[in-house]
Amino acid sequence: MTALDFTPAPGAAPLPRMVLAQAGAEVRAILRNGEQLLLTLIIPVLLLTGFSLAPLIDIGGGSRVDFLAPGVLALAVMSTAFTGQAIATGFERRYGVLKRLGATPLSRAGLMLAKTLAVLAVEALQVVVIVAVALALGWRPQGSFLGAALLVLLGTAAFSGLGLLMAGVLRAEATLAAANLVYLVLLGAGGVVFPLSKFPEGLRSALELLPISALTGGLRAVLRDGAALPLGALAVLAVWAVLTLGLASRTFRWE
Amino acid sequence: MDSPAVEIIDLVKRYGATTAIDGLTLSAARGAVTAILGPNGAGKTSTIEICEGFRRADAGTVRVLGADPRAHALRPRVGVMLQAGGVPPAMRCGEWLRLVSRFYASPLDPQALLVRLGLAEHARTPYRRLSGGQQQRLSLAAAVVGRPELVFLDEPTAGLDPQARHGCWDLVGDLRAAGVSVVLTTHHMDEAERLSDHVVIIDRGQVVAEGSPAQLTGAERQLRFRARPGLALEELLNALPDGSAAKESPAGHYILEGQVGPELLATVTAWCAAEGVTADDLRIERRTLEDVFLELTGRELR
Repeated sequence: MTALDFTPAPGAAPLPRMVLAQAGAEVRAILRNGEQLLLTLIIPVLLLTGFSLAPLIDIGGGSRVDFLAPGVLALAVMSTAFTGQAIATGFERRYGVLKRLGATPLSRAGLMLAKTLAVLAVEALQVVVIVAVALALGWRPQGSFLGAALLVLLGTAAFSGLGLLMAGVLRAEATLAAANLVYLVLLGAGGVVFPLSKFPEGLRSALELLPISALTGGLRAVLRDGAALPLGALAVLAVWAVLTLGLASRTFRWE
Repeated sequence: MDSPAVEIIDLVKRYGATTAIDGLTLSAARGAVTAILGPNGAGKTSTIEICEGFRRADAGTVRVLGADPRAHALRPRVGVMLQAGGVPPAMRCGEWLRLVSRFYASPLDPQALLVRLGLAEHARTPYRRLSGGQQQRLSLAAAVVGRPELVFLDEPTAGLDPQARHGCWDLVGDLRAAGVSVVLTTHHMDEAERLSDHVVIIDRGQVVAEGSPAQLTGAERQLRFRARPGLALEELLNALPDGSAAKESPAGHYILEGQVGPELLATVTAWCAAEGVTADDLRIERRTLEDVFLELTGRELR
């Protein structure tokens, strides 16, 4: 038996160490989860290769991969920041994990920071894989890297807000169902693979206000059309981020 | 000198129309083991979760190590074991303990703690595949890994087999020896009697008795025996000195209280001989905490 000295020596670890430890655990949890991996990597890569190689959709002229790559990048951001995070957080709440972590020196702000870092780390991995596949398929990205990065960051904030809003209020099973449903609806109606121009005029202007359409449209404007900063898309994402994060912070139930 | 580990004055907690805690006052000393004992629904978990900062009191004062229980500054000083759950199901046992240890400045070695609690060979097992007892032990380990001053254990031995229960008791003993204050809830009388310096019995959200196990059980002794059910105890009582009491509880188990000595023993055995009753398992002993508990909280099931 190992001698253990239980003499009290209380003290919190430095915040960066706590946040990195928690973020590391979150990343491992995401990568270990098969369904999450399906959502974050396999589906985006399949959509990208499938629709790039086969003429299944009418994108109205131009290279198919140039149209699809920005949409699939947006989908990847949504799957990790929204769907994956909503489901994981909903179940953490249900299993009392959030409650238990609340009894450690890791503050709620620290926990949220760790979750954000984990989401960004997984997104970085997704971007590397998707960009590599797209380049192999003949993608020729244009525009500024910074513009695209800003869109991804704001998109992450908006989708995280939406995911946490759902996870903090609904039962875990309801979050699971709703997050998957919203994912499918936004995949279909957000310009990811089907151009918004195919929808009727009135519906289209409404759909353009969705966060996924703003992210897809913004990334396409930068990476395909070489725009500097798509202000309209950035504004839509910023409004979604402020609204959902603000609402989530008011309504989130930790237990 | 120091404020108590826990000080609760006139605590009230309501859930809708139900009053779970109804003017509860108790104090847990530093460096001592305090057991909160009570039947299901007595308010044990509500009380402890208010002390842990998870729930808000509706009225009354609660101080933990002299501070507001919700203060973030308390988190490193207080270790918490929830009654159930709190660990992601897919997280490996060792991974969870290492993660929790990294939130503290000078934690115990997670590996040594796993060995101590008999979990070392399950270090790579996901939480959901651990047995109930192993899950409990992992929660216990996580409560102490940060080297806290005060530990709250909510039913620490629920679902443990006898070996693991003794392991848990040994750990609580070591915590106490190291100067850690421990507050635990239980409905195992033997656990409270064995582990604690101070026992608080609560029922319907109020303290019904408190003291050391010895104070609660008193010096009073009892004579107990088993025989066929339904003996006519009135006759026996007539033969006994005034102030004696006799009862059958449960059926076939007889308890006599009063001046328990050679005379009483002789009277009882003579009466049994006259009645043709064979008294089994006849013994003289102190009241147990269980007797006190049942006396105070009643026998009906809830």
